[in-house]
Amino acid sequence: MAFLQRAEYIVGAVLVLAMVTIGIINPAFWQLDNIFSLLRSNVVMGIMALGVLLVLVSGGIDVSFPAFAVAGMYLTIKLMLLVGYQGVFWPFVLATGIGMVLGFVNAFFVHRFSLIPLIVTLGTASMVRGFLLGVVGTSMININIMPKQLINFATAELWSVVNPDGTHYGLTAMILIYAGLAVAMHLVLTYTMIGRSVYAMGGDAVSARRVGFNLRRTTFFVYGLAGALAGFAGMLHSSMIWLANPRDFGGLDLDVIAAVVLGGASIYGGKGSVVGTMLGVFTLVMVKNSLIIMKVETTWQRVVVGLIIILATAITAYRDRKKSV
Amino acid sequence: MNVKRFANVDNNILQLLAVTALVFATMSILEPGKFLRYYNFESIFYTFPELGILSIAMMISMLTGGIDLSVVGVANLSGILAGVFFVNLTKGQTLSPEAMLLYVLAGILLALSVGIMAGAINGFLITKLRITPILATMGTAQLFTGICLVISGGPAIVGFPAYWAFIGNGKVLGVAFPLVIFVFVAAGVAFLLGRTLIGVNLMLIGANPKAAVFAGIRTARMVFVSYLLTGVLASIAGIILSGRANAAKSDYGASYLLQAVLISVLGGTNPAGGFGSVLGVTIAVIALMLLSSGFQIMRFSNHLIDFIWGAFLLLIMVVNYYNNTKRQNQ
Amino acid sequence: MAEPFLELRNIHKHFSGVHALNDVSLSIRPGEIHCLAGENGSGKSTLIKVIAGVYPPDSGTIEINGKSFAKLTPIESLEQGIQVIYQDFSLFRNLTVAENLALNSQLREGRKLVNWKQVRRIAREALDRLGIDIDLSAELDSLPVSGKQLVAIAKALMFDARMIIMDEPTTALTGREVDRLFSIVRAIQCQNIAVLFVSHKMREMLEISERITIIRNGLKVAEGPTSEFNESTITTYMTGREHTCQRFTFTPPPAGTPPRLEVENLGVPGKLSGISFSLAPGEIVGVTGLLGSGRTCLALSLFGLTPKHTGRVLIDGRPVPLTSIQEAIAAGIAYVPEDRLTEGLFLSQSINRNLLAAVFERISRFLVIDKAQNDSLARSMILDLQIATPSGKNPVSSLSGGNQQRVVLGRWLLTNARLLVLNGPTVGVDVGSKAEIHAMVRALALEHGLGVVMISDDLPELVQNANRILVMHRGRLVSEIEAARTDEDALSDLLKTLA
Repeated sequence: MAFLQRAEYIVGAVLVLAMVTIGIINPAFWQLDNIFSLLRSNVVMGIMALGVLLVLVSGGIDVSFPAFAVAGMYLTIKLMLLVGYQGVFWPFVLATGIGMVLGFVNAFFVHRFSLIPLIVTLGTASMVRGFLLGVVGTSMININIMPKQLINFATAELWSVVNPDGTHYGLTAMILIYAGLAVAMHLVLTYTMIGRSVYAMGGDAVSARRVGFNLRRTTFFVYGLAGALAGFAGMLHSSMIWLANPRDFGGLDLDVIAAVVLGGASIYGGKGSVVGTMLGVFTLVMVKNSLIIMKVETTWQRVVVGLIIILATAITAYRDRKKSV
Repeated sequence: MNVKRFANVDNNILQLLAVTALVFATMSILEPGKFLRYYNFESIFYTFPELGILSIAMMISMLTGGIDLSVVGVANLSGILAGVFFVNLTKGQTLSPEAMLLYVLAGILLALSVGIMAGAINGFLITKLRITPILATMGTAQLFTGICLVISGGPAIVGFPAYWAFIGNGKVLGVAFPLVIFVFVAAGVAFLLGRTLIGVNLMLIGANPKAAVFAGIRTARMVFVSYLLTGVLASIAGIILSGRANAAKSDYGASYLLQAVLISVLGGTNPAGGFGSVLGVTIAVIALMLLSSGFQIMRFSNHLIDFIWGAFLLLIMVVNYYNNTKRQNQ
Repeated sequence: MAEPFLELRNIHKHFSGVHALNDVSLSIRPGEIHCLAGENGSGKSTLIKVIAGVYPPDSGTIEINGKSFAKLTPIESLEQGIQVIYQDFSLFRNLTVAENLALNSQLREGRKLVNWKQVRRIAREALDRLGIDIDLSAELDSLPVSGKQLVAIAKALMFDARMIIMDEPTTALTGREVDRLFSIVRAIQCQNIAVLFVSHKMREMLEISERITIIRNGLKVAEGPTSEFNESTITTYMTGREHTCQRFTFTPPPAGTPPRLEVENLGVPGKLSGISFSLAPGEIVGVTGLLGSGRTCLALSLFGLTPKHTGRVLIDGRPVPLTSIQEAIAAGIAYVPEDRLTEGLFLSQSINRNLLAAVFERISRFLVIDKAQNDSLARSMILDLQIATPSGKNPVSSLSGGNQQRVVLGRWLLTNARLLVLNGPTVGVDVGSKAEIHAMVRALALEHGLGVVMISDDLPELVQNANRILVMHRGRLVSEIEAARTDEDALSDLLKTLA
């Protein structure tokens, strides 16, 4: 049963099983446009999941990243409209920066006062959402006033197919950004000292301090990067759907954490991988999106997500228990 | 950790009372005309019980170092199921008041059994499958809210009988009925925690789960019971909530989750387990409601109040941090 | 005579009014094996931290290699070749052996990137230096304690170490592993590296060290070559009291009294088989054996933690089903686990609650606790056991170590325990409290007629306190010895033949 130890194999097996099942129920699942749209749905959630992975490996938890994503996206686009700026690069930098600074706030409370990360991030999430909706505004920024260059940027495709009836579908180029960030995250976690310090801190914070890791730096790195990724993902999301909604991403925290746990990361810290996380995200997105083609009403989505979370955590709890015996 | 620990518990309550008095005084000075009206306090008596009961539920789950993120989902599910029950059974009928009363009692039983079921599911996941409480209740929160959506289809369920509305809006001997319920619930839980096997064992388990096993305490059973209790309390809150609104919806009380955590911690509960008091939580919820009504009078938007609650939660945790380090240095 | 490697002179250290170190001097030569002995709270851990540069001394001088330091920083201490192996080893259970070994050098070089080839090379070299072979890519968590310790030692030796400080290194080791550790310590010594061995186990101190320094209440009370000490002088220095080593004498009860405990052919699949023995009221039976011999499993079985056992257990002639802790407690069996702080006490809770933890169920009616009984039971137990506290409502953390022990034992007296199972009753306990615990256990056997099963590694403890000693090996009882007819050396030889 050694293969059960490798979380990636479990989630991989679950994924294959789910794909086969869905494919049998509705062969339309295997059509290219469905696969493309699935991949597209992975991008934003996957980028956020990379940040959550980092936080879980460090031994923490973060429920504030959806709020940070909205903050990065909404504040940036508001500002762009205010000053009439067009462009892509700097807005993304700004959104990322906003997310990072907010992440630093989490890090400050978690590190300086050794507070429970769940409660800190619940607090900061409430503050950020409250501030956005209460002070900045509650109105949606629709396609008619969305900065055009952002839309153009996010509609870029790697590969387009034109159907006989003239409609067309394609594979979004944003998938490259996701892949690039994932590879970068993998490299950072595996080949840099700061990445290893995240595993060390999640494994045993006291020892990590003793051998000379700077835990303050690691904590700020972890929450800062998670916030930055959220801000970036928020901006990307809004560019891809041509809309900036300050109430967006409600309940996304649970989905993303579920995906990361499904991918084998331990909530106790010290364990988790980028590959597992990507597989976890893909599985969750696929099951959620496939409810429609399996003719299940969309109101069932949350029920299904809830069941997936319970199942995934039950499996990991079972695995951890087996190990400790 | 020393002799003064118990004195500190009382200190905590004193601190809370001081905060409450301060809030009261500030609001009275800032907006005497609006804040000090009877109507204002009366409305607080109607609105705070549901939040107070949710906070007590949260406190119970924290006693063993856990947390229950599904309380709001359970509350809504209870209200919605009761609503569906009424809508389907009483549709197009004119019932005598006696029959109606029976229906409402049945509805209450139904809602409470939802709480028991939900609590049993949480308890099963946490004690039998040994999923960490955060993840287990996150999952069930989705599940319960999801079931709410499936049942209601999205929009609010209306058509509750008048007796049901009485639970949320009525008066008994001139006292708001939700307040009456709260007093009974709070007294019951306080007795349960302080004087019964369950309460004492829960605190012992929270203080040291391993030692509890070796002392022969049936830890799994006790933790299971604590989540049952949390579920039942959440469904009571759901009954009051749907009674007060005379409707039930899957996303009612969404902001209550954070507030319940906040109030529980503010009331002196140790989120790591081992300590919590009903009195503390009660004072904390009153302080918070006074503050909240003050903000509303000063025309703060609900969003801004969310911002303030978040900030308040962090502030309280930081204050507790300083109190703890001070205590340890003594 | 060689120049000392480390020379501490007149070190003082205060912590908020407590004089933790009072004029302590210590001198260690290169390649010397030096023992630092003292009770818990004597100041020995403070002293280690001063040497490691964690705490700056208030006054006094530190001289390393002829270089003097007024304030030593952790970095400077490391640079001078001082390495500390703490009890928890400071290793990462979720990382591989290789990474654990190489982390420090990577950090020290101020690397930003990890070169995994280099990591494996560094790790391989470190293990080779000790002449041991451990799978480099194994997750550390999969190693036994002794394996983790070897990794920790290999790690400490990596940087031109001149002195290694080992904090209670033998606590979790079996007899054979201790021998292996000692041969490694001697090998380290041959490389002219000094070893400061912090311990409270007297036999080990006497066996391994060349010089001994003993501190008590922050004061150095003795120092000299090991040959000048023996167990009783060390004890006297450590505790400041004379300890009489009277052996426990057991007077059998009148004939016809049913045995307190009878174990008939007890077995647990894969762990225990064919265990049979009996125990009279008032008798203390010692159980020993190497780690993994099944002795802890025996204790857990008696406490109802192995529901799937075979065979019978009788208490006072009546068979008792032992499928849960609750049944064991109801049958009058009490179990005091090895680590009382983490497994026995509820530190933040009151003394009363700690005392009553196991009887709340009995004194409740319909779940409601009988307040009067609650108070009177707790009060009488505090008086009986002479627990020094103004009120039972104070938290148990306000008590001294010895009084905390009484609380744990008191909890079991309240359950009307008739059989007391002690697992490592004095592991990690200092000499003074140890004598106190022994006296208490003997008194319970003599005065209350309790049967006691004392499971321990500490052979002198068994010889002194038990009247019979059972030796276990591979899940079976292999030998039964009258304590009066043996001594620790004979027992120790017997255990070595098993290993």
